[in-house]
Amino acid sequence: MQELVNRAKELLANGTVQRVLGWKAGDMAYNPEPSYFESEADLSEFVYDAFCGANLSKYMIEASKKEGKTLVFLKPCDSYSFNQLLKEHRVDRDKAYIIGVGCKGKLDIEKIKKEGIKGIESISGIGMEDACDTLKIGTLYGDKECSYQDVMLERCHVCKGKDHVVFDETLLESRDTVDSERFHEVEKIEKMSPEEKFQFFQKELSKCIRCNACRNVCPACSCRKCVFDSTKFDSAQKANVDPFQEKMFHIIRAFHVAGRCTDCGECSRVCPQGIRLHLFNRKFIKDINEFYGDYTAGEDINQEAPLTHFEFSDREPNEERG
Amino acid sequence: MYQIAKNDLPALFRKISETKELYLPVRVADQVNFAAYTEDADVSLETLKTVKSPKDAFFPQSETLYTCHKEENKLSITPEELQNQEFVVFGIKACDVKGIEVLDKVFLSEPVDTFYKARRDHGILVALACNEPEESCFCKAFGIDCTDPKADVATWLVGDFLYWNPLTEKGAALTDAVKELFAEADDSAVQKQQETTKAIVEKLPYMDLSLEGWNGDVLTEKFDSPLWEELYQPCLACGTCTFVCPTCQCYDIKDYTTGSGVQRYRCWDSCMYSDFTMMAHGNNRTSQMQRFRQRFMHKLVYFPANNDGMYSCVGCGRCVEKCPSALNIVKVVKAFQKEGGDK
Repeated sequence: MQELVNRAKELLANGTVQRVLGWKAGDMAYNPEPSYFESEADLSEFVYDAFCGANLSKYMIEASKKEGKTLVFLKPCDSYSFNQLLKEHRVDRDKAYIIGVGCKGKLDIEKIKKEGIKGIESISGIGMEDACDTLKIGTLYGDKECSYQDVMLERCHVCKGKDHVVFDETLLESRDTVDSERFHEVEKIEKMSPEEKFQFFQKELSKCIRCNACRNVCPACSCRKCVFDSTKFDSAQKANVDPFQEKMFHIIRAFHVAGRCTDCGECSRVCPQGIRLHLFNRKFIKDINEFYGDYTAGEDINQEAPLTHFEFSDREPNEERG
Repeated sequence: MYQIAKNDLPALFRKISETKELYLPVRVADQVNFAAYTEDADVSLETLKTVKSPKDAFFPQSETLYTCHKEENKLSITPEELQNQEFVVFGIKACDVKGIEVLDKVFLSEPVDTFYKARRDHGILVALACNEPEESCFCKAFGIDCTDPKADVATWLVGDFLYWNPLTEKGAALTDAVKELFAEADDSAVQKQQETTKAIVEKLPYMDLSLEGWNGDVLTEKFDSPLWEELYQPCLACGTCTFVCPTCQCYDIKDYTTGSGVQRYRCWDSCMYSDFTMMAHGNNRTSQMQRFRQRFMHKLVYFPANNDGMYSCVGCGRCVEKCPSALNIVKVVKAFQKEGGDK
């Protein structure tokens, strides 16, 4: 981690960048927060460990409006989001100095707690120099252990890979974390009967409290004013008044980010009710792959996007699915 | 004090729900929240914190106030019926009980909120003491004893038994209705558990959190602090903190078009949202920094200023656990403390 701090100091000192966007150590083992660092002294609080799951690309929309360059640390998957934002002209490449930072899989504190581990005082084994096999957790109720792999964020089990798609330089090695098939969960849902599907989503979405965390964290949701916030239309919604509205928000959002969602998994990471929101987006990704050929949003900014590009050979929308 | 074997709790729940609606922590799709009891409900009393606080029982996230219906040229208005049946909230923790006390200050002072009052009048609170507080808990900073909740009935889960102690008339009446399931007990087991839990509370990481410097008289000083500009930066402007909070009480009133009329409802609002308290002239908080500041100023300055020094935070720690950017009231308090100390 010190390499990152040292490099950030250099780039600040030689005037390449005016600020650094990274993660600041929290007051617990697992709660670092996204943060700007303006000086060498600020960087004493910089941290990069297994709990730095937050994707910083979306912060670059605001950072692009600031004076001078911002050094931003992007994990391989975050770089897809940045690229997609670039393609949509929402971030300014010239305002960003990107250090592609290695990743060994990020951890999900909710999963650790689900293992019955509570009263967490310390967690070791979360540093980039650690082996990523076992976490040793000191708690108010005695010392506990759990497997690193078991408590990774869902997205890391289906990681897109160790390569950054956009960067100025890279630092630290990544680790292969894949141990699941990306579309496995989607296929399971596809096999359900319409009634079962309805039940499944009803149960998941009725937990929604409309906090908008999924939308606000989503790099694909970059509208200046969301239709659900607009007071100019009847579309503004602050609460799910009925079961229809519970679903409407999420389904409209899924449609809106279809073809642009890089499957960064932030929506599921931040949902306070643990709704597996990525399943919607992943279903769209799977369908798009099947209809128009494999496509990964954010991978290549020069590639035509399947839903905004037409070719005569494109399949008709009602083909097969009716 | 009474006791009932843990194994007999389903019988207790059944008995209560024969005559009253019963809300308690229930696991649905892997998350525990307060919900109505049913025979097949996956009740989870071991869960320390439900995702949402139980404030919904008195102040639902969304509730209809009245309905307008138009038929030809005739317009009829039907007010929503007020709560008129008794109901029980079982398993509410000491911090959340205090949260309801905060809501009372808002909704029961003049002009009294009739919807809220009807629910408070008919609601019976059966609190459950905490046995294993977690690292995000800081109720002690607000003078709350998590081992000794003050509600209509206080209960403790110790070993194989639930201990039950009625504290109010409402609590005594509920006790009478289910007494046949109870045996008399002394409080030695409870006292022992309380001692154990208190020893853990002393070791909690936020145990020493000091609210010194936060009161109703520091409005200008805190409001004008340059710290807010720094602190708000990672905030995503979502409403998670406000919606999981047991004391956040702001709401909006909206109309839902039914086609032949309008359903006027109110729903929770969040100071984090861009149209919060928007008026005809526009919005009086135009930046996220201002909206972020509002939340903490309300809890630690404005509310105590208007309510004899009472804070509108109870230290439940839900925001600590749920904020997507790992921001929270503890970090804010600590940041101000550090700034003060550095001077």
